[in-house]
Amino acid sequence: MIAAIDIGAWFETIYAWLQNAWANLSSDFYLNFIKEDRWKFLVRGLGVTLEVAFFAAIAGIVLGALLAIIRTTADKAGRLRFLNWLAKLYITVVRGTPVVVQLLIINFVIFSSAFIDAVIVAIIAFGLNSAAYVAEVFRSGIMSIDEGQFEAGRSLGFSYGQTMLYIVMPQAFKNVLPALANEFITLLKETSVSGYIGLIDLTKAGDIIRSRTFSAFFPLIAVALVYLIMVVVLSAGVTRLERRLRNGAR
Amino acid sequence: MAQGNPLIEVVGLKKYFGEVHALDDITETIYEGEVVAVIGPSGSGKSTFLRSLNLLETPTAGHVRMEGVDITDPKTDIDMLRQKMGMVFQQFNLFPHMTILKNLTLAPMKLQKLSEADANARAMALLTRVGLADRAGAYPAQLSGGQKQRIAIVRALAMQPDVMLFDEPTSALDPEMVGEVLEVMRNLACDGMTMVVVTHEMGFAREVASRVLFMDGGRIVEQNTPQELFEHPKSERLKSFLAKVL
Ligand SMILES: Nc1ncnc2c1ncn2[C@@H]1O[C@H](COP(=O)(O)OP(=O)(O)O)[C@@H](O)[C@H]1O
Ligand SMILES: [Mg+2]
Repeated sequence: MIAAIDIGAWFETIYAWLQNAWANLSSDFYLNFIKEDRWKFLVRGLGVTLEVAFFAAIAGIVLGALLAIIRTTADKAGRLRFLNWLAKLYITVVRGTPVVVQLLIINFVIFSSAFIDAVIVAIIAFGLNSAAYVAEVFRSGIMSIDEGQFEAGRSLGFSYGQTMLYIVMPQAFKNVLPALANEFITLLKETSVSGYIGLIDLTKAGDIIRSRTFSAFFPLIAVALVYLIMVVVLSAGVTRLERRLRNGAR
Repeated sequence: MAQGNPLIEVVGLKKYFGEVHALDDITETIYEGEVVAVIGPSGSGKSTFLRSLNLLETPTAGHVRMEGVDITDPKTDIDMLRQKMGMVFQQFNLFPHMTILKNLTLAPMKLQKLSEADANARAMALLTRVGLADRAGAYPAQLSGGQKQRIAIVRALAMQPDVMLFDEPTSALDPEMVGEVLEVMRNLACDGMTMVVVTHEMGFAREVASRVLFMDGGRIVEQNTPQELFEHPKSERLKSFLAKVL
């Protein structure tokens, strides 16, 4: 008998708790996403995140490739010694300091007196940061190409630069594509500190919602989920691209 | 020996790798229309000699003149001169990210500014000559070693060079594929191409070469027509080398 009563009460307690939790959740959900169209706020933040990550990645790849060419030209041909020294210094400094600090320095020291859109500042900061990592990725890619490829290009009459452009870099690029994509994924996540310079990216948008609604669970988990989905989709895309490239030129 | 004009003149060529004297004062002339075979033991400097001819190795001392132009002069446009000097490597070095056709058309299009149609026509004619026209759309990895080397030869020929340099073109091949590559080289020689061929194929040297250089210790120790060199070797070093390889 006692056991039966206990189970009944217990059941009721749980039921009430669940009902209450559901009511709380749905009102929380309403409060955080639906009310005042707050979901649109997140979408705009996502737009900023993607914009910054995309253009920073392009800047990073172009500048990183340039740095890698300088580094490998110095290693292979013994030319561009001074530029190589600068490139090494640049890479060491960028890789040796936190990206948030770099972002702050670029915003508040370098562009302190200039009225430049925070999005542009973020693109420059993350692009410069990414370049240092991409440079090392490209460098290892270039170094992995057989010396015979280089000699074949030169013996046909191609200059050093043409050989790099037509023969070495396309192969290096293919070899480092997975590493490059991982750099982009890292970059995408790193842009989440953009809020430090007043940019309302995905993370900052979620955080602002949290501060308005005083409920942390939904906005922050939603933000985390969006990042996670992007990373998973990107990773899957890279795997497919890798497979296609492998099949294209076995 | 019927000799044409001097094509490549090598004067006092030296190449040191640290303590190693890979080339020790070589003076030699390659004449138009000649097929010069370079033989000698491993490490005797054959590759270094060949690679100095188009400046893939920078000489420590001495001069190399191609058609009268000193290629060792820093003011010389080496890229222009290399367009006239085709090179074939032991390891083929085809461009793996391009089709066979693209391997052949890249340099003519970019360096000689040929239109794609002209470059393709030139490439297809060359591929037909070596019996590989049907592989134009394939990638290098889909070919056998012998096919790769034949492609490497016509890739160099696509630039219409004045001389072809071969560095042991058959040494990386399975024995059954050596013949097809030597056949292409033999035809090339018959067409009058000037060739310098580093080789271990004594049969080829004897049959196709107009002159054979025997290198040892970074020097050209002995040279002659193939008949004389193989039948009547003079130096002890050549005698002992021939005893080992023949
Ligand atoms: N890049 C290099 N660095 C150091 N030593 C080298 C290099 N290339 C060749 N050598 C040395 O120079 C000598 C001649 O080499 P090589 O021309 O390749 O001979 P071969 O082609 O006749 O076998 C050898 O002792 C070799 O070890
Ligand atoms: Mg050799």
